[in-house]
Amino acid sequence: MTDTSRIRNFSIIAHIDHGKSTLADRLLERTGAIAARDMREQVLDSMDLERERGITIKAQAVRLHYTSPASGQEYLLNLIDTPGHVDFSYEVSRSLAACEGAILLVDAAQGVEAQTLANAYLAIEGGLEVIPVLNKVDLPAADPDRVALEVVGVIGGTPDEVLRVSAKTGEGIDELLEAIVHRLPPPAPAGDGTLRALVFDSHYDVYRGVVCYIRVTDGRVSTGDPLRFMATGEDLPADEVGVLTPKAVPVASLGAGEVGYLITGVKEVERIKVGDTVTRRDRPAKEMLPGYREPKPMVFSGLFPTDGDEFERLREALERLRLNDAALTYQAETSRALGFGFRCGFLGLLHMEIVRERLEREYDLELVTTAPSVAFRVKLAGGSVREVRSPQDLPEQIDRIEISEPMMRVMILTPTEYTGTVMELLQEHRGVMSSMNYLSKERIELVYRVPLAEIVFGFFDQLKSRTRGYASLDYEVDGYAVADLVRVDILLNGLPVDAFSAIVHKEKAEVYGRRLVDRLRALIPRQLFDIPIQAAIGSRIIARETVKAKRKDVLAKCYGGDVTRKRKLLEKQKEGKKRMKMLGSVEVPQEAFIAVLRVDED
Amino acid sequence: MRTERPDAPAVVDAYADRVAAYVHIPFCRRLCPYCDFAVQVGGDLDGYVGALLVEIAADDPFARPLDAIYVGGGTPTSLAAVRLGEIVAALAERFGLAPDAEVSIEANPEDLDPGTAGDLREAGFNRISLGVQSLDPAVLRALGRAHDPDQAVAALAACRQAFPTVNADLIFGTPGDAGWESSVRGVLDSGIDHLSVYALTVERGTALSRAVASGAPAPDPDDQADAYLLAQSVAEAAGLVRYETSNYALPGYACAYNLITWAQGEYAAFGNGAHRHRGGVRSWNIRRVDRYVERLQTGASAVSNQEHLVGWDREVERVLLGLRRAAGVATGRAGAALLASPAGERLLAAGVIAADDHRLWVAQPLLGDEVAREVLALAPSEC
Repeated sequence: MTDTSRIRNFSIIAHIDHGKSTLADRLLERTGAIAARDMREQVLDSMDLERERGITIKAQAVRLHYTSPASGQEYLLNLIDTPGHVDFSYEVSRSLAACEGAILLVDAAQGVEAQTLANAYLAIEGGLEVIPVLNKVDLPAADPDRVALEVVGVIGGTPDEVLRVSAKTGEGIDELLEAIVHRLPPPAPAGDGTLRALVFDSHYDVYRGVVCYIRVTDGRVSTGDPLRFMATGEDLPADEVGVLTPKAVPVASLGAGEVGYLITGVKEVERIKVGDTVTRRDRPAKEMLPGYREPKPMVFSGLFPTDGDEFERLREALERLRLNDAALTYQAETSRALGFGFRCGFLGLLHMEIVRERLEREYDLELVTTAPSVAFRVKLAGGSVREVRSPQDLPEQIDRIEISEPMMRVMILTPTEYTGTVMELLQEHRGVMSSMNYLSKERIELVYRVPLAEIVFGFFDQLKSRTRGYASLDYEVDGYAVADLVRVDILLNGLPVDAFSAIVHKEKAEVYGRRLVDRLRALIPRQLFDIPIQAAIGSRIIARETVKAKRKDVLAKCYGGDVTRKRKLLEKQKEGKKRMKMLGSVEVPQEAFIAVLRVDED
Repeated sequence: MRTERPDAPAVVDAYADRVAAYVHIPFCRRLCPYCDFAVQVGGDLDGYVGALLVEIAADDPFARPLDAIYVGGGTPTSLAAVRLGEIVAALAERFGLAPDAEVSIEANPEDLDPGTAGDLREAGFNRISLGVQSLDPAVLRALGRAHDPDQAVAALAACRQAFPTVNADLIFGTPGDAGWESSVRGVLDSGIDHLSVYALTVERGTALSRAVASGAPAPDPDDQADAYLLAQSVAEAAGLVRYETSNYALPGYACAYNLITWAQGEYAAFGNGAHRHRGGVRSWNIRRVDRYVERLQTGASAVSNQEHLVGWDREVERVLLGLRRAAGVATGRAGAALLASPAGERLLAAGVIAADDHRLWVAQPLLGDEVAREVLALAPSEC
């Protein structure tokens, strides 16, 4: 049993690239948890995608033993990793809920970013003690004095409370460890001894099934205990409890204030919900720990195999992915244009991209993705409300009274010189300003209420390109709002192509329809006949273009000298043709489906 | 009086059993920006001819004497007429030459004065193909050609004088070509009996493709379609018959060498980069001139690679080649498979192909590759 006054539970809050992994490695190394040479293999997550994108999807909790050189006192530090992307903000909030303190890590050259800020607010609101730390102070571009002022402007305090480190060289790490034990509080004393533990993350292990990461708040959990998961109502045994050092080491029990893992033998990841409270079946707690939320997909998109025969393989791949990703939802969907596929729900765009990439890369599937949609709420003539996740499911105009769309509270940090540009961009996307705050003379925070549908289409890229990459952004769910929305359909050669339909704001419908029609005209190759491309709202045509019949498609020369080469050239062209999708009698290349995703860009 | 119509099935199918030889002369005075053939400026001409003679002497004769010889390039007239004569003689000696054999040579207008034309005729050639390309000075400049329109007209007259059969090559669809119709009329007025019209094509790795990549105008396919149809109507009005996608001839004047290749017939080939088709095998020589010469000097084979086409693949190739001809091709297995496929139905409905009980042909030659790709996409059918 560990004296809780010697425990420190903390997270590192940082923007991508600001050095969180390096700092974590350095802390592990300095506390002897791991030899430097083993670090890469053991500590960093092994998923290729995560390493490439510089993000961590799965949180980890690592136990470190630290002896303060000043006092000779021994401490137990639990470093709880947090996901780094806005799509996973609920997961971040649960990880933070397992901590008493946080290190706010900021790149000494780049300054505070919106995500960092949002997570720092999350930590402060959750009552966490925050230690601001500037990283990369060894770099020539570092401007620690300026950035320290900025940090203080955001979270309060004085610049001399801001630590300066270089995770790369190890400079300042000893001071940071001292600050962790002296400035962060120990876990609060437990309640009446009835077990309550927060599930702040989980992951699927091929051999052990679902591994829960838990923070014990009250009481004690021991191997063999009969447990109850309060949100789901699942009764499960504690097959094994343990800690990560970072190797998994089984322990007899975990007490209040401690962090570790719990294995129950459950194989299906969706049976364990992040944010749930674990208690004892025989002596259940009266109340769950606060903050639990069902993981709710925000963005929906149809995934269809290019080759119709791959449908079953796609189903299997989604099943496998879901083992490790409870936030992913999917249900079978039929498209007239694309055949059999799945309508999938994602936490956000990045999540969607990760899933898609994994399906293509790890499962070798070729997919057509339809334009992402949000979950609209449609009030029907009878007064009932229906959730619509696909443009196809939108009831006819006469059957509906109003449509509401999900709204987001969007926070953007930008250098002040781009304030006008950013405001303009948000206005274009139907944003309404809630507030603006100057962080310093050079940086401003803009808060807007924006329809989610407006930011799922290329918004991030536009923000980045219009501010030369200097603006950063964070967002959170902010209810629903009624809007004047219509469905724009695309007709190819007179036939509607459901995969190209989209629900858009009425005032933008015409521009949207025209742009999409223009794009499709450029992307659909000329064929044996004229192909009219039309955009329509209901029966009203709002834009029209024609792909003219092709007139010349023949090699000028085919003689004895190059029969083989010409045949190979034609075979190559034929392969390209095979990758096209037949919609009615029209051959449509894959890029056309991607064009729908990019229609907002110029 | 020659009367054989080159678009008649019986006429063109007969070439499947005839045999030919191709000789490649890779040398040019300058490189044309659109050309992607195995050519080079200058080089060891004597060494090259020596290698050619070695390669010819080492090859096996066919069961029958040659029905056609074609000396192409490059610029064959980079060699003196007497050297070219030695090559023809070597072929005749090794392979035999049918009494009515076609012996063709390619030439550029700037090389063809009446004296040279006579020398070439003397050397054994009875058909000449002149690279006129255009009679418009701006187009000739754009194509990087060394001659002007007057030289082209004079060369055509010299050829007409010396040779029983004369072809002119023309290129259409050069961006900005305002003189296409006069080019076609001009060469026809000179009394030629054969006309080849080629769409300017941007081939990979050429100066033209680099120019287009950096913003020069690319040939427009619609303009090229117009130019193609214009040439067709002008040539047909002059009595020429279209017998292949890009080729026209007066009855009796079709190019035997090319008809052999389109009938999937056999031909020997000599020189760097040259392709042959013998005994069911397509093979081709090493492309670099110096390596080619070196190999033959050391007694090695010049063959760089080969392809053995059998069964269904060979049948598909037969149809692909045959469909280049106006006379089309005997339907056979691949033709039947095409007609039975959804793609075949689409092509028939759109009037791109047509068929009768035992034959299939392309009715809109401008869309020939659309047909070719569908033939290649067919699933192999049982023998």
